[in-house]
Amino acid sequence: MNFIKYRWISFIVSGFFLIAAIVSLILFGLKPAIDFTGGSLLEVTLSKAVDSEKLYQTLSKESVALSQVQQTSQGSYIVRFMGGEENKKLILDKIAKDYDEVKMVRFESVGPTFGRELLRKAIAALILTVFGILAYVTWRFGNLEFGVFAVLAMIHDNLILLGSFALLGHFFGVSVDALFITAALTTLSASVHDTVITFDYVRKQSHHFSHQKNIEAVANKALNDTVVRNVNNSWTIIFMLTAVLLMGGETVKWFAAALLIGSILGTYSSTFLAVPLLVTWENIRRRREK
Amino acid sequence: MKKTKKLLFLIIAITFLSLYINLPNQIKLDFSLFGKVVNYQFNISHPTFSLAGLEIPTYYPLRRGLDLAGGSHLVFQAETKDFSVEEREKAAESLKENISRRVDMYGVSESIVQVSENKENLRLIVELPGIEETQEAIDLIGQTALLDFRRQIDEATPSAGFEPSGLTGADLKGAGVDFDPNTGQPEVTLQFTSQGKDKFAQITEEVSGQILAIFLDNIPLSFPRVQEPIRNGQAVIKGDFDLDQAKKLSAQLNAGVLPVSIKLVEQRTVEATLGNRAVKTSVRAGLIGLAAVAIFMIGYYGYWGFFAIASLLIYGLITFSLYRFIPVTLTLPGIAGFILSVGMAVDANILIFERLKEELAAGQAYAVARELAFGRAWDSIRDANVCTIIAVFILFNPFDWQFLPTAGMVRGFALTLGLGVLISLFTGIVVTRTLMRIFTKNK
Repeated sequence: MNFIKYRWISFIVSGFFLIAAIVSLILFGLKPAIDFTGGSLLEVTLSKAVDSEKLYQTLSKESVALSQVQQTSQGSYIVRFMGGEENKKLILDKIAKDYDEVKMVRFESVGPTFGRELLRKAIAALILTVFGILAYVTWRFGNLEFGVFAVLAMIHDNLILLGSFALLGHFFGVSVDALFITAALTTLSASVHDTVITFDYVRKQSHHFSHQKNIEAVANKALNDTVVRNVNNSWTIIFMLTAVLLMGGETVKWFAAALLIGSILGTYSSTFLAVPLLVTWENIRRRREK
Repeated sequence: MKKTKKLLFLIIAITFLSLYINLPNQIKLDFSLFGKVVNYQFNISHPTFSLAGLEIPTYYPLRRGLDLAGGSHLVFQAETKDFSVEEREKAAESLKENISRRVDMYGVSESIVQVSENKENLRLIVELPGIEETQEAIDLIGQTALLDFRRQIDEATPSAGFEPSGLTGADLKGAGVDFDPNTGQPEVTLQFTSQGKDKFAQITEEVSGQILAIFLDNIPLSFPRVQEPIRNGQAVIKGDFDLDQAKKLSAQLNAGVLPVSIKLVEQRTVEATLGNRAVKTSVRAGLIGLAAVAIFMIGYYGYWGFFAIASLLIYGLITFSLYRFIPVTLTLPGIAGFILSVGMAVDANILIFERLKEELAAGQAYAVARELAFGRAWDSIRDANVCTIIAVFILFNPFDWQFLPTAGMVRGFALTLGLGVLISLFTGIVVTRTLMRIFTKNK
């Protein structure tokens, strides 16, 4: 297959998803979890099933700043609210009064300053990872261009991942927590994992990539050699993560979803974005030199 | 060939050792098959060996984090902005001793108290397995330390108890550890403030020869007897304690000198049944994912796939025995990290098999192609895994850099993913290669 000749298709696809991601981020923004904003999360099981909408209305009569009531796939209910221990008691008492038997199965509460600190640290971790990988790829391939395009593909993946969570947050109330940051960082490394292997094949075709006459042919052969591997490897990760997504509990469900989206994007961007971008850049550079 | 055989024996040995470490002490079989009831119980002994004076146990329990086992994770914080470096360290040590003492009083087994300090604040992480009603524990742990000295109500009848002497932690300047110049025994020194000096002199004069007990949070800490009136504000508690005990007592006394108020900043409580269900669903998810990977590998690569699956199973066994051995406390994100690493562990084999196909297509003989494939795939595998290790390093944050996340969940994930990457380098390359060298043709 001639990936390089038809690279404009992948540029259009990537461009579309990037714009969609940025628009969703601007329009809806991410929904930060209590890990970042502070507040509480209470998970309870009830003896009888109730409508979560109804539960929300019942609880909002109390003097508690309620933010969300959700029913989980396991049939328990997650109540999110501001404040801590005092409000938890109020809510538990109210549910017990209106719906008799109630059992607390999980309670998480984070102070507001604690949350802001985590956000700052998470951003520091993301930036440090990007520079660490940029430095390593540049060093391994002895060429800054390889490093830059690996990182660009990585940023592309992460932006679309963030955008998809902006949409998930808006339509399904999914929030972004500390584990999401972990998934984003893992996406960074998984994305570059495939890119490095593809670059490695490009390099093996010729040790002097920048002096090669026909870079398009060289790059295209590398892509054809690696595409089966990249896709097959993605399958194995997709199998494992889909199993977690479908069967894992509420805590890791969206974490697995983030990892899944990240893995798929990582595979796509290595073949369809990083190398085509590298070729385009080389062409521009050579034309200028002439 | 000789080297390959040796490697095979090594791999078999490691596999059986890992299998043994992972076996529980008891396996119960209780089910019915075609109307027949099967009910067996196997006991597997895990003896402790003693070698050159070292005790080597062969049973290592798998540690489960609070999100799987149930319990409370509490984080308290104290403002220490105005403290000097020395004061901060002292406060951290005292706080840890005092909180550990309160937690011990609460009677929770395997509880953990950790302190992390930076310029701005001091943070105390308390883990209470099995505790779900947290309000009481929070109140108990969160109270400000209260130290006071009490005198006997009636010397003749010790059961009468003690009454406040009016001397408190506020009168104390600090406590420390010293050694008796004559006997070399460790002892605890007390230094009073100028105000406290006079109070202490007066009280010791009154109770000379009697016990002046020291209470922390209304619980007795020490019962020293006043030998003679002390007027210089410097007291020494002698006793039959070793250095650690002396240090502990001094830290507890300092907790009353530098009363730091702490407040709860984070709390995560999980009920045990929710944790148990999470373990079950994760195990099921892992097995189904693994089956899908196995079907895919064998379907796509034929009998080569069997070698990949065999090394993947060995990978799982080694990984779990390391979790037990190190030990790694398994959390829900940690399990997710492991499951992800299984997906990544197959990667090395896919890369090698694709190379092998290429070499065969180029007309190489099978045995030559096999060796070339393993050799050439190594570079790519190494480079790709280094990038994962970079991310793992930042997430795990081994040097506790304060500008990076230090959350336990994030670390649990990073640890299992990192271990997975390292072990998969061994199983994906060495194990698969050895198996293929032995069990496929060499022409």
